[in-house]
Amino acid sequence: MMNREIKSYFPILDQEVNGHPLVYLDSAATSQKPVQVIEALKHYYEFDNANVHRGVHTLGNRATDMYEGAREKVRKFINATSTEEVIFLRGTTTALNLVAQSYGRANVEEGDEIVITYMEHHSNIIPWQQLAKERGAILKYIELNEDGTISLEQVRAAVTERTKIVSMMYVSNVLGTMNPIKEVTQIAHENGAVMVVDGAQAAPHLKIDVQDLDCDFFAFSGHKMCGPTGIGVLYGKKDLLNNMEPVEFGGEMIDFVGLYDSTWKELPWKFEGGTPIIAGAVGLGAAIDFLNEIGLPEIEKHEHKMAAYAMDVMSEIDGLSIYGPTDPQKRAGIVTFNLNDVHPHDVATVLDMSGIAVRAGHHCAQPLMKWLQCTATARASFYVYNDESDIDRLVEGLRSAKEYFSDVF
Amino acid sequence: MSSKNLDQLYRQVIMDHYKTPRNKGTLDNDSVNIEMNNPTCGDRIQLTLQVEEGIVKDAKFDGEGCSISMASASMMTQAVKGKDVDTALQLSHIFSDMMLGKEYDDTIDLGDIEALQGVSQFPARIKCATLAWKAMEKGVQSEGKS
Repeated sequence: MMNREIKSYFPILDQEVNGHPLVYLDSAATSQKPVQVIEALKHYYEFDNANVHRGVHTLGNRATDMYEGAREKVRKFINATSTEEVIFLRGTTTALNLVAQSYGRANVEEGDEIVITYMEHHSNIIPWQQLAKERGAILKYIELNEDGTISLEQVRAAVTERTKIVSMMYVSNVLGTMNPIKEVTQIAHENGAVMVVDGAQAAPHLKIDVQDLDCDFFAFSGHKMCGPTGIGVLYGKKDLLNNMEPVEFGGEMIDFVGLYDSTWKELPWKFEGGTPIIAGAVGLGAAIDFLNEIGLPEIEKHEHKMAAYAMDVMSEIDGLSIYGPTDPQKRAGIVTFNLNDVHPHDVATVLDMSGIAVRAGHHCAQPLMKWLQCTATARASFYVYNDESDIDRLVEGLRSAKEYFSDVF
Repeated sequence: MSSKNLDQLYRQVIMDHYKTPRNKGTLDNDSVNIEMNNPTCGDRIQLTLQVEEGIVKDAKFDGEGCSISMASASMMTQAVKGKDVDTALQLSHIFSDMMLGKEYDDTIDLGDIEALQGVSQFPARIKCATLAWKAMEKGVQSEGKS
């Protein structure tokens, strides 16, 4: 599929915002949804909606087949060995919290270490902070290189035999950095720790192979990869999941309920208490079909191209600084920047008046902002429906912003 | 670009307060000290107030944020200095109504603050403008209790 054709599948992009054709450059926050996903949700609610795993009637069977069918699509998408390893949850945050609360509480003891990095999103910091406080464990941060990358030497220095958990984002939502997860996993395993991967910014953009990475847990969200909000996935190795206790109890996750004791269903359902996110899973399945049709390697190539082009033309703007790796091959389609002394909020408002949507703020990564020594930045992020003309509009908007504020500074 | 709309937001007087903030800094220790931030965007303000016998004798602010948040803080300190606590709270109430696009009491001279009226047209920026005012409310109220 060519970009123009891809773009035509996203009805939301065909509109004017503040009198200008919309340029959506905030996909790292949430992606837009193609008509295939919108139709899948509509079709599910119009024809197949019923509760799952309750057998007997036809709609119930259909809904169950669709829900479990989506699980198989996810399994293939990340190359898990079995659908038992694919748990449907609300999103990356819920998935990481589940690992912290279930695996963490059972395995982390006083004086043990949990290792994360300075670039993590709040959702991959706070669950570990809470766990460390509760268990009397030590939370350690891996420092970053000058260009916002992580070196394996620093990982080796931080991970010790006391480390029980290493948790790291695959792709940074601020710097765009792609982290060497496979190598870090190896270091974690050499020290007897489990490896948790925050894949929220990776799953939409790269081919994920959990067996090749050999990570123990992998979390991602549907809404950043063309799927609906409210659906996400936790992958975990079967042996680990089997030994973990659920954190939510109630309907759907039980095998037998007695007056004073109950037993759980087998994997993956023991972690899916309550009526599951059925329509969300169906929508995620449709999103995976859509992404597969374009091809993940194609998407990754496109992102690098977008990043390279953006960095190229944006660096021609006087006073504009770009954060993160300078080599576009080392980053996904995310470009975070600041324009002179103009505050990113002001930049974002001026761009919005030109129909261009970017993110401004701390991007849920306050420790990283501290490391970058700034309180806020602006971020443009690209996805399958963006092309060079969107970046040209951004540059034009940035030049206007600069001009607009030039009287003041 | 719709610079006409932008001009409604970034009025000259706002940019002037941003560029040369009034009452920037901190008062010494026996003043009320309030720190507030806007967790969604990272704006941060430290406000120190000297309140004596129900009068805001002095006010200073420090912090970092966008033009709207910093200009609003500058204007706020200018407006409440020398006013009694009730008047300061009344001004804050009027300001809040103004931000929400409601009818507001225009019998009181708002001075420079009036320039922030355009912010009400930019919903995402209202929180920037109200941050300093929230800090002031908290400050004078905590002083009243002690």
